[in-house]
Amino acid sequence: MTDLTKLTIAEAREGLKKKEFTAVELAEDYIKSMEAKRALNAYVCETPEKALEQAKASQTKINAGQGGDLEGIPLGIKDLFCTRGIATTACAKILQGFVPPYESTVTSKLLAAGANFLGKLNMDEFAMGGSNETSAFGPAVNPWSKDKPLVAGGSSGGSGAAVAAEMCAAATGTDTGGSIRQPAAFCGVTGIKPTYGRCSRYGIIAFASSLDQAGPIAKDVRDCAIMLKTMAGHDAKDATSAKEAVPDFEKVLGGDLRGLRVGLPKEYRADGLEAEVAAYWDKAAAMLKDQGAEVVDIALPHTQYALPTYYIIAPAEASSNLARYDGVRYGNRVDGEHLEDMYVNTRTAGFGAEVKRRIMIGTYVLSAGYYDAYYVKAQKVRRLIRNDFVEAFKQCDAILTPTAPTAAFAIGDENMKNNPINMWLNDMFTVAVSLAGLPALSLPIGLNKNGLPLGMQIIGRAFDEETVFKTAFVLEKQAGFKGVK
Amino acid sequence: MSGMIIKGKTGDWEIVCGLEIHCQIISKSKIFSGASTHYGSDVNQNVSFVDAGMPGMLPVLNEECVRQAVKTGLGLNAKINKYSVFSRKNYFYADLPQGYQITQFEHPIVGEGFVKIELEDGTSKNIGIERLHIEQDAAKSIHDISPTKTFIDLNRSGVGLMEIVTKPDFRAPEEVGAFLRKLRSIVRYLGTCDGNMDEGSMRCDASISVRPAGSSELRERAEVKNVNSVKFAMQAVEFEAKRQVELYENGGEMRQQTCQFDQTTGQTKFLRFKEFSDDYRYFPEPDLPPLVLSDEFVEEIKRGMIELPDAKKERFVKELGLTPYDASVICENKEMAEFFEKAAKGHEAKKVANWLMGDFFAMLNEKHLSLEESPISAENLGNLVELVSKNVINGKTAKDVFAMMAETGEAPEKIVEERGLKQVTDSGAIEKVIDEVIAANADNVAAYRNGKTALMGWFVGQVMKASGGKANPGMVNQLLKQKLG
Amino acid sequence: MTVDTQTVKRVAALAKLKIDEDKVAATEAEFNKILQWVDQLKEVDTSNVEALVSVNENFLEMRRDEVTEGNQADAVLANAPQKEYGYFAVPKVIE
Ligand SMILES: [Mg+2]
Ligand SMILES: [Zn+2]
Repeated sequence: MTDLTKLTIAEAREGLKKKEFTAVELAEDYIKSMEAKRALNAYVCETPEKALEQAKASQTKINAGQGGDLEGIPLGIKDLFCTRGIATTACAKILQGFVPPYESTVTSKLLAAGANFLGKLNMDEFAMGGSNETSAFGPAVNPWSKDKPLVAGGSSGGSGAAVAAEMCAAATGTDTGGSIRQPAAFCGVTGIKPTYGRCSRYGIIAFASSLDQAGPIAKDVRDCAIMLKTMAGHDAKDATSAKEAVPDFEKVLGGDLRGLRVGLPKEYRADGLEAEVAAYWDKAAAMLKDQGAEVVDIALPHTQYALPTYYIIAPAEASSNLARYDGVRYGNRVDGEHLEDMYVNTRTAGFGAEVKRRIMIGTYVLSAGYYDAYYVKAQKVRRLIRNDFVEAFKQCDAILTPTAPTAAFAIGDENMKNNPINMWLNDMFTVAVSLAGLPALSLPIGLNKNGLPLGMQIIGRAFDEETVFKTAFVLEKQAGFKGVK
Repeated sequence: MSGMIIKGKTGDWEIVCGLEIHCQIISKSKIFSGASTHYGSDVNQNVSFVDAGMPGMLPVLNEECVRQAVKTGLGLNAKINKYSVFSRKNYFYADLPQGYQITQFEHPIVGEGFVKIELEDGTSKNIGIERLHIEQDAAKSIHDISPTKTFIDLNRSGVGLMEIVTKPDFRAPEEVGAFLRKLRSIVRYLGTCDGNMDEGSMRCDASISVRPAGSSELRERAEVKNVNSVKFAMQAVEFEAKRQVELYENGGEMRQQTCQFDQTTGQTKFLRFKEFSDDYRYFPEPDLPPLVLSDEFVEEIKRGMIELPDAKKERFVKELGLTPYDASVICENKEMAEFFEKAAKGHEAKKVANWLMGDFFAMLNEKHLSLEESPISAENLGNLVELVSKNVINGKTAKDVFAMMAETGEAPEKIVEERGLKQVTDSGAIEKVIDEVIAANADNVAAYRNGKTALMGWFVGQVMKASGGKANPGMVNQLLKQKLG
Repeated sequence: MTVDTQTVKRVAALAKLKIDEDKVAATEAEFNKILQWVDQLKEVDTSNVEALVSVNENFLEMRRDEVTEGNQADAVLANAPQKEYGYFAVPKVIE
């Protein structure tokens, strides 16, 4: 058998069922790939023995004609998901050596469905970043890099890189302001951030609680649908998890788009949007129209305020969520004479620059005298942003936008390094969706003149991932994008 | 008017004091986790990963804690807020694993109410309740095991608390004492808190200021923390108020400050001025959506409300003829009130109350017994009273029977029967004894007949003695008068 | 709004972070640049807008009062940088 890492989950599932190869062989190929491509720095912790052990158990089930939806499928897990008995650090120095005695709900569901875990994937420290460069383990490298190394995007950079480089069949990611969609776009793969509340946050290290959502990054739309079906669902351990039933997302794939109205928000033709990206956007709209969709212009008037709103709300929640990293119960302690010194030493040494920056901003906007001017103001604008979408979805059923204003940039890019806001601007098309809590998928649409992939984003109504998948599936077929080989 | 006036050189001063009381909620499990609330378990045994503030852990609200808070709110004659919101109070401390306390801030579950207190001079007064909110308790820091280290036990971390905030309505230490006793009585009646101040399940902070008597100004106050008995709370208020008067009279200025109460000296001790470290950066807890109570939920609790001390007391006065003082003493403790009602059933309630508050309390005290351990059951106490009412035994014999009941736990009828203590009401038998006494004391008979009528008591005593205490004293009196002429 | 050096230090203290003396000025400048950028929110009229606390329209679900966890001190303490006699140990607290 040749390289099994080329297969999608759907294909591998078929091959396993037909006994064309075993789950162990499948895992072995991915392990080989993982070892061969260590230079990409996609994994921060490899667990091949565990994966093989799980694959063996899966094969026994498959032989017996049993097994779950993901039986024998090798996955990579973002290091933000707590995995029982396996180091989980959020790629933060302060959490070095932390081994959770519990399993996140999402990874529990994946394990229960028969998946095996190849290891933990690189990411920005505590998911704060848009390039994976804030990771304590150094950046993941984009497999599309040509002469100089490019970023894989962030924060789920390791997930994007590993899927693109065929180092896992699919990966878990999390998205707070674009952290699944942007790396998926940069790496030429597909990723979906579901509706807020679709996936349980239990056991996922918190960045910004009102925004964080788990979702898959996979090789194509169908694989995302397969993954999300398993990952989603109500969880009594997360009070913000939604009770909505989880449909079989795979079932909606196929067919044309007659009767579907696709909205194009005029505000997304913003400064900083590269001409090539704009051209692909038009092309994608034309493809959907071709398949029977009606394309309509819509307005999302508060778009420009999404980023500043996000950069008040997310840091505010983060400043509080990260208060627990104090060197007392877990993680990397830097001692001090008194408790107070220990706190300061531990946190000053343990957090990276971007995390500290956001903790500071978050602390400031919540502090006495500034709370109303910043935090409450941002929450009000957040409502206006959400209302924009509610209004827009009266005129359309899905919204099409580019995922990011540019393709992947170089690791160590000066423009990004010297001004944090420039890095944040990368999320200009993704954060509004996060603030509104809506589902959005990014899929590769084509290559730019430098041979780098560009992504398109399809946004749906709350809990209408089905329309998103259906639309994306059609666009994927029309675009005919081929991943890294 | 019951206010305390502090006489100063420059004039009269009055106390302005409000209380904040933290009551541990009686529930099996913690407010946001499934760990036990059991007091006195081994170190760190009653700890879930949520209570330890582990990464990725989320709070889930315990319904019982909400029910208990609503019950208590009703007991405080307060408004139940069907919409309430949890907030985070952010600060670093060794006993605060998450780096924040989940509490309620802008929207507490219970709003304004009042508690009626009775004072020794027979007057009563309503103390206003500002609010009641629910929150999680902190862990315990142990400072005295090691000279260089502080040890942390998380068993208490996350136990549910009700924080009850009063209006600044207290004008005297006596009022503070009466309020705390009344509040303790209410929560014990309701079974929402065990009210043990010495074990810390009810903890009191007092906010104290003074002002010229009769003025309505509000001056800077001192918050006295950590007062763990009714007596100490009264001492703290008195000491602190007098200290402030002295400060003002010597030309000093008060600054808002935090103090500690020293049990050994009975004095308040300065800790620190209010400063920026008290910037708690409250914001709505993003892990918990708003709490909305249904009408049914609240109605069901209302229907299940038991009779509280005030209502019970009123009923005892009105229907059972008790004095207000007796009724309030008996009603302070629910078990006592129930014991009383059981004992008084079908008998002369007022007499039962006399027995209860006299010999019965004295007996329990002397034997160091709690009410449940009493050798005398409620029924037997009632029957004893009945024996006297029906002239089966006289009052003097009843005392002896009571003593025997306390020793043996036997029914009074049985004791009276077996030991032949029934009083003699046969006039022939009594006349016979009287004749003997008259015959044997000719000189006193002569003295009596010569006008020394005061000797009647002596004669009664002689007859009673000769009858072995069993003669009916009324009959003895009457017959003696006839015979002595 | 702009912040001064004092505020930057106060915020760092609240967050239990230390900023080296030679980095305070740069931090302050960056802080002000960010604040200036978010200040564009002032343009938005929010006078009749209610703050959005949660995109979840659902209300809080409650749990039954049952003891489901505990007796796992070993797991709770497993990652502790320092533990003694079953307690977490930290440097002395000073009031
Ligand atoms: Mg308080
Ligand atoms: Zn409190």
